[in-house]
Amino acid sequence: MHYEAPIRKPLIEGDKSYHDITLDVVRPVESSAPRSWWIVFSLALVAFLWGVGCILYTIGVGIGTWGLNKTVGWAWDITNFVWWVGIGHAGTLISAVLLLFRQKWRMSINRSAEAMTIFSVIQAALFPGIHMGRIWLAYFVLPIPNQFGSLWVNFNSPLLWDVFAISTYFSVSVVFWYVGLIPDFAMIRDRAVKPVQKHIYRILSFGWGGKAKHWQRFEEVSLVLAGLATPLVLSVHTIVSMDFATSVIPGWHTTIFPPYFVAGAIFSGFAMVQTLLIIVRKVFSMEQYITIEHIEMMNIVIMLTGSIVGIAYITELFIAWYSGVEYEQYAFLNRATGPYWWAYWSMMTCNVFSPQFMWFKKLRTSIMFTFFISIIVNIGMWFERFVIIVTSLHRDYLPSSWSMFSPTFVDIGIFIGTIGFFFVLFLLYARTFPVIAQAELKTILKSSGDNYKKLQEKEDHGDH
Amino acid sequence: MATTNNIIVNALYDDDDILLAGVKQVREKGIEIQEVYTPFPVHGLDKAMGLKETRIAIAAFLYGVLGLTTAITMTYGMLIVDWPMNIGGKPSFTWGENMPAFVPIMFELTVFFAAHLMVWTFFFRNKIYPGCKAQNPDPRTTDDKFLMEVVATGNTEELMSLLKQTGAIEVSVNNAQHA
Repeated sequence: MHYEAPIRKPLIEGDKSYHDITLDVVRPVESSAPRSWWIVFSLALVAFLWGVGCILYTIGVGIGTWGLNKTVGWAWDITNFVWWVGIGHAGTLISAVLLLFRQKWRMSINRSAEAMTIFSVIQAALFPGIHMGRIWLAYFVLPIPNQFGSLWVNFNSPLLWDVFAISTYFSVSVVFWYVGLIPDFAMIRDRAVKPVQKHIYRILSFGWGGKAKHWQRFEEVSLVLAGLATPLVLSVHTIVSMDFATSVIPGWHTTIFPPYFVAGAIFSGFAMVQTLLIIVRKVFSMEQYITIEHIEMMNIVIMLTGSIVGIAYITELFIAWYSGVEYEQYAFLNRATGPYWWAYWSMMTCNVFSPQFMWFKKLRTSIMFTFFISIIVNIGMWFERFVIIVTSLHRDYLPSSWSMFSPTFVDIGIFIGTIGFFFVLFLLYARTFPVIAQAELKTILKSSGDNYKKLQEKEDHGDH
Repeated sequence: MATTNNIIVNALYDDDDILLAGVKQVREKGIEIQEVYTPFPVHGLDKAMGLKETRIAIAAFLYGVLGLTTAITMTYGMLIVDWPMNIGGKPSFTWGENMPAFVPIMFELTVFFAAHLMVWTFFFRNKIYPGCKAQNPDPRTTDDKFLMEVVATGNTEELMSLLKQTGAIEVSVNNAQHA
């Protein structure tokens, strides 16, 4: 029943019992924050507050505070939007797609990856909101008749599809995450000694008691949610890419966009998961749960999706040439050799070249190297969106209106602010939430735990 | 199960395999198990206890159909009947012609309804809600212990020794009644 092929590496190292898993997961919640946490949290909070200031300035004065001009009407804001949404995708991929494929290695990373999803989708959702200019009219995107008559929202528009896609994605991710959290909150509740803490976790845990029937439903709900979230996550970045692909701008109007965007999203998302988890495992001494094996698996995903993205870039170039459309050809020539050549080649180096190092086992099992590459990939994916958006716009059909984009301090401030906001949320999460799905992890201890695997091996040899 | 008049015996286990074997032994003797509390889903426990399969996935499917219907009704009512708009030359005379543009909305609402209403059903059927009193009688069952509640209809002493034999680490008569 608990058998697993000996060739599979253990996913839980050390001599762990069920109780040890409980203790290791609950430790960050029950202990007080170390000084390093406070330092990082303060930095993130300052960045966040700076971002709030810039957002308030934008709302008060208007979009004119940004570096946008008549030609480049979309720039950093939409770049950041797509970048953050893309990062979110890895969390759903790990928790939903890997659940459907019964990949056990998802279990010690899915909780944090999903937290990352939720926090990055929050950052993403900020940008279309403030780009509206008059954020107090944001309810215009909802399917309600506006006050000038019975004019409804336009269901033909990809921008409206985006509203539905992002809000469904966000809310379903939150629910999926929360259902998984309930048994773990119950564990913290049952251990809590301080009355205030006990009360808070009692509310959060919904009174979960782990009855057999409830676990049966729990597993069914997780499976169905995974089944729903899998096409959902693919639809979200598909629809984001349609914001571009359904327009008639050279460089945007391509049918390759949906799969290319989804691959890029998984690529950047896994890179962000690596960045976060390499820190989490170190700070919370969870090396025995988030093992080198986990890091290697994720590096393989990064290598694969990075290569898919690379093929997409080359296909784009080929099709631009093969289509015979001059505008399309110029758009791509301009990307690679025009005034934004540095952005294009940064993108190429970071996204296509750098993941190829992962072919070497030595490199993909190195923590330091993985951390380095994960940062490079995130930078590269930001540049990808910048290249797609700004270089396609800045030289349009009329050479007289060609221009360049340069960000103002507000553009930069809001971007830094979202990074700060993201880390504020993640750091708070890391100290108050169970960062590993411990209930789920306990189910694989006997099949994938180091000690149990060794025991199994001994028994196997005894039989011969 | 209405067993409030009976005596309930609690048997605490510290291993899922021993618990599972214990459940099977107790059931073979024809003794009714009222509830089993475990810190994680123990595979095969529902079958060993004779629980029926959950129908929550069927509910999710129906909720999805409801979501799809909502999307179709909404797009039809708003953009075909009430205020047809010519957008990019997309045909807006009939819903069928305009349908390809509505596919993303139809898909998203299907998922939205199926996921959220299923989770609400999950909460409702399990009677769990924010602030609900902990349903497990022993706080150790969310950590590493497994608790089996058995209905004692006959000799309590005999039942307790049977439970001890199945490998329970603690066997006690439950005084506090709870749902």
